[in-house]
Amino acid sequence: MNQTSPRLLSIGCVLLFVFMYAPLLVVIVFSLTPTEYGVSWEGFTLKWYQAVFDNKNIQAALKVSLMVAIPCVLISTAIGTITALTLYRSRFIGRALFQGVLYIPLLMPDLVIGISLLLFYSSLKLELGILTILMAHISFTIPLTTLVIIARMQRIDRTLEDAAMDLGADEWTTMRKVTLPLLKPGILAAALLAFPWSFNDFVITFFVSGVGSSTLPIRVYSMIRLGVSPMINALGTLIVVIPLILVVFGLLLERRRV
Amino acid sequence: MKVFDVYRLRKSLLRFFRSHPAFRIGAALSPSAFWLLIFTLIPMGIVVYYSFLTRGPWGTVLHEFTLDSYRLILDPLFLKIFARSLKLAVLTVAICLLAGYMIAYWIAFYGGKRKNFLMFLVILPFWTSYLVRIYAWIALLSDHGLVNNFLVKFHLIDLPLPLLHNEFSVLVGLVYTYLPFMILPLYASLERLDRSVLEAASDLGATARERFFRITLPLTKGGMLSGSVLVFTPAIGEYLIPELLGGAKAMMIGKFIALKFLGLRHWPLGSAYSLLLLAMTLLLLYIYMRVGGGKDAFQEQR
Repeated sequence: MNQTSPRLLSIGCVLLFVFMYAPLLVVIVFSLTPTEYGVSWEGFTLKWYQAVFDNKNIQAALKVSLMVAIPCVLISTAIGTITALTLYRSRFIGRALFQGVLYIPLLMPDLVIGISLLLFYSSLKLELGILTILMAHISFTIPLTTLVIIARMQRIDRTLEDAAMDLGADEWTTMRKVTLPLLKPGILAAALLAFPWSFNDFVITFFVSGVGSSTLPIRVYSMIRLGVSPMINALGTLIVVIPLILVVFGLLLERRRV
Repeated sequence: MKVFDVYRLRKSLLRFFRSHPAFRIGAALSPSAFWLLIFTLIPMGIVVYYSFLTRGPWGTVLHEFTLDSYRLILDPLFLKIFARSLKLAVLTVAICLLAGYMIAYWIAFYGGKRKNFLMFLVILPFWTSYLVRIYAWIALLSDHGLVNNFLVKFHLIDLPLPLLHNEFSVLVGLVYTYLPFMILPLYASLERLDRSVLEAASDLGATARERFFRITLPLTKGGMLSGSVLVFTPAIGEYLIPELLGGAKAMMIGKFIALKFLGLRHWPLGSAYSLLLLAMTLLLLYIYMRVGGGKDAFQEQR
């Protein structure tokens, strides 16, 4: 088959890539210029970043976001690992049902998850705050970490574990010395990918966060509501770029050959 | 003498689990099962319960059984919003199908060594803040946004075009957000396509057009179906995009439900509408699993 792509198709695809990246680039470029969406270049400034770093509300929101995202990643990666190991290796009654339920948080509209948790918390008369956000985030990151680790399990060689057992290692030693080291890139990838899910989540958090517990996306949202300020571009750039470094590592690890 | 011998305890625990696999599986799955039960299934049950309750004065809820909320599904205003959401979701699927097929085909057939890198570029935005990416479209499309400033500056138009707060901007946001969901399964099915079939067709005298319409397209139907379900499901229930990019004129179900909950505090009605949305999503996924599903990637094949 011919390897040179038809010109029209190439042009169309390049334009589609522009469509996919232009909005992010616009945010980044305008975080560095003094005027708002001016067409001509009017110089370079870091004053919006200065304003972001000086803003007390943003500092507080960042703190809440990290207080949610870090425990969320640790807990859901740990739970995801044992769930993936068991689900992939065992046969039991109700396995299909369990899998189906595991899929639910991934497939349900975020709005419905948010509303159902809001009703749940208010039925229990729980005060909305960091803890309610954390619980919600763990419930939608467990399916993600489980799936990422299962994807890794599909590529590890079972015979290595069989060999360890034949050589006299018990299940515990095999797990610690063979299975977990083989799974390590998958576990790390799961953690690195779960972080932005928790850190970036808006819709679910919007319903389960209380007055004093705004995460960074909630803070950005209220800034957008109040009117677009160029400071949002600087904050948006930071929110996009910093977790992206983790994601790039996570995706590379996930793809790496065994 | 050791008071607590970890090694012996471990050994007897392992022996117990070896002879009782059900306990082993149960113990290992209990954390995730617990979380799914408490934070997914029970809250869903509560939504079902609320949908049958009566609305009291000032946003309170009376625990009296009624079907009123379900009767209000036939409210003409809701039906209108439902129809608009359906229309926008179907349009989103159609545009994503066309654009996604182009990109997936291009990468799968002409990507060469850069295939993995290009697919990496396709999925990367998905991992960045969805809120910031949607906000970026306000910056692009508003009256004083980049597109209008550009057009006015170069005297292509005199007054800014109304690009924001209408169905157009919502559609742009939906396509932009969910395009990667379409590209991924399409790319997977195009990669799986057996190239020797195309070569055989070519040897037998099929033209490029015939090869595409009679071989490539039918053989990638599975990917097209997966992609369409993956795009349609979140698009129809979308909340943030109509909230930020749509106005009163481009109301969608998601925003309407949120309004019932947060603005009017009509929880029973909001619950009934949410369940309708959920039922539709689950029905679609069920049909999809029946038609497209099959292989169980979750179970080791030995």
